[in-house]
Amino acid sequence: MKHFLAAVGLVVSKDLAIEWRSREIVYTTVFFALSCVLVFAFGFVKENRQVEDAAAAILWIAMAFSGTLAIGRTFERERQNETLRALLASPIDRPALYLGKLVGVLVLLAAVQCLIVPLVGLMFGGRFMAHPAFVVALLALGSIGFAAVGTLFAAMLLRSRSRDVLLPIVLYPITVPVIIAGVRGTAALLQPEPDLVVARSWGAMLLCFDVVFITLALWTFDAVMSDGA
Amino acid sequence: MKTLIASLVLSLFAAVAAAQQPPPAQGGFVPIDQLPAAEPFPAAPLVIAAYAFVWLAVAFYVWSVWRRLDRVERELKAVTARVERGARP
Amino acid sequence: MKKLFPAGVAICAVLFAYAPIAIGRAPYESTMGLVQKIFYFHVPSWFAMFLATFVCGIAGVVFLFTRRRAADAVAVAAAELAVLFGLLGLVTGPLWARKAWGVWWQWDARLVTALVLWLIFAAYLLLRKYGGPGSERLAAGVALFGMANVPFVYWSVHMWRTIHPLTSVVPTLPRPLAGPLWLSVAAFLLLFVLLLGMRSRLERLRQALDDAYLTLEEQS
Repeated sequence: MKHFLAAVGLVVSKDLAIEWRSREIVYTTVFFALSCVLVFAFGFVKENRQVEDAAAAILWIAMAFSGTLAIGRTFERERQNETLRALLASPIDRPALYLGKLVGVLVLLAAVQCLIVPLVGLMFGGRFMAHPAFVVALLALGSIGFAAVGTLFAAMLLRSRSRDVLLPIVLYPITVPVIIAGVRGTAALLQPEPDLVVARSWGAMLLCFDVVFITLALWTFDAVMSDGA
Repeated sequence: MKTLIASLVLSLFAAVAAAQQPPPAQGGFVPIDQLPAAEPFPAAPLVIAAYAFVWLAVAFYVWSVWRRLDRVERELKAVTARVERGARP
Repeated sequence: MKKLFPAGVAICAVLFAYAPIAIGRAPYESTMGLVQKIFYFHVPSWFAMFLATFVCGIAGVVFLFTRRRAADAVAVAAAELAVLFGLLGLVTGPLWARKAWGVWWQWDARLVTALVLWLIFAAYLLLRKYGGPGSERLAAGVALFGMANVPFVYWSVHMWRTIHPLTSVVPTLPRPLAGPLWLSVAAFLLLFVLLLGMRSRLERLRQALDDAYLTLEEQS
């Protein structure tokens, strides 16, 4: 178990160290999320007033789009110099490799959300500060679910043609429950009288989704990534 | 290990499924003998369109598979013949 | 298995030939009238689609862990059929809804989740077609995840309001309406099995063709 966690930690620290040097993915993803939010603002604002209910939806859609980009770019890095093959050949457990990649992606998404959530709150009047812990929990659970599926698919697609467009094509339909649960849960929290019961039930669904899909990903990662019979 | 994970996932599914409360029974279909007199909106075109689409789509698909099967069978025969010719010295 | 195929086709043809008669004879439903008759093909389409998705998912898992190409052939065939039968359901549904509810589409959870499931298997086919070599395994992963999604999709349904007839309608269906429905269900499921057989055979032949080309290459 200790070896497993150590391997996960190694993969995470490697990814974060590389990212820290250039900060390329985090900067570009944040700015992409920003432009996303802006474009939605142009789409939704009516008569110079903001449409408040849109806050939850815009937040999650921006997260889904920028998350897809971030995950794709993270794995694109592994394609250069064939480092993914080196990782697969190394003596660490394949599940540890998957989890390490997942944690790296989550750290990236968390960094983006730290900037985007307050921005959305400001631009769309979302009362995120009413129940901050709840909002953070929902965002965390949703991001984990989204990233769990995204990391597996991005790893799978690494050596495919048309991988740039195929990742969203396969990822979005499968993560629709995450988006639905995230948006409805966050919207319940942003209402004038926050509905904690509803938010909690959506949170429970997200938790279930996360457990099931991480388990499935761990189970199939090896089979999906290996080449031969 | 894998069986353990698999059984864990499956039991989670079962738990999710078992936790679903059956919805309150409502909106059952009630049969009648004749249509009520006035219909504000003709339903016949919709019904015809629905059934026509089903028949056409299925027919198109069957034709498509048939055509592809034909093509692949012919190609396979040709290539197998070439392989056999090449195998003979 | 091959000998059963013509018999299967005959039975299926008979079922589909008789179905319109049975459907026509069935009494009208009191609130929806004539348009409710679409139900007799709409529900079996969705049954067949769900069956296809599960077959695809299971065949995909078998392929992932055993690498047996026959399983992969079944998986591709089932995915194509899932998209076909799903399309039938997605077209007949709105045609029914236009009259029964007054709108073509409702953003109600059951419809949305059915659409999502259809999208997942359409994505499967796109992945197979454009993903290049090795996409069989990836697609199997997608199918597995798609299958695993179904309970969550149903869960979302229960947590939302829905105006779609509740699932309990089918078990409580009165006799005169149940007969044609189960006949149509039998017809559709048999059709699914026959098409699955045909399409899997196509896939197996394609695999044999690829092998033959490889042998040809090795010879030259």
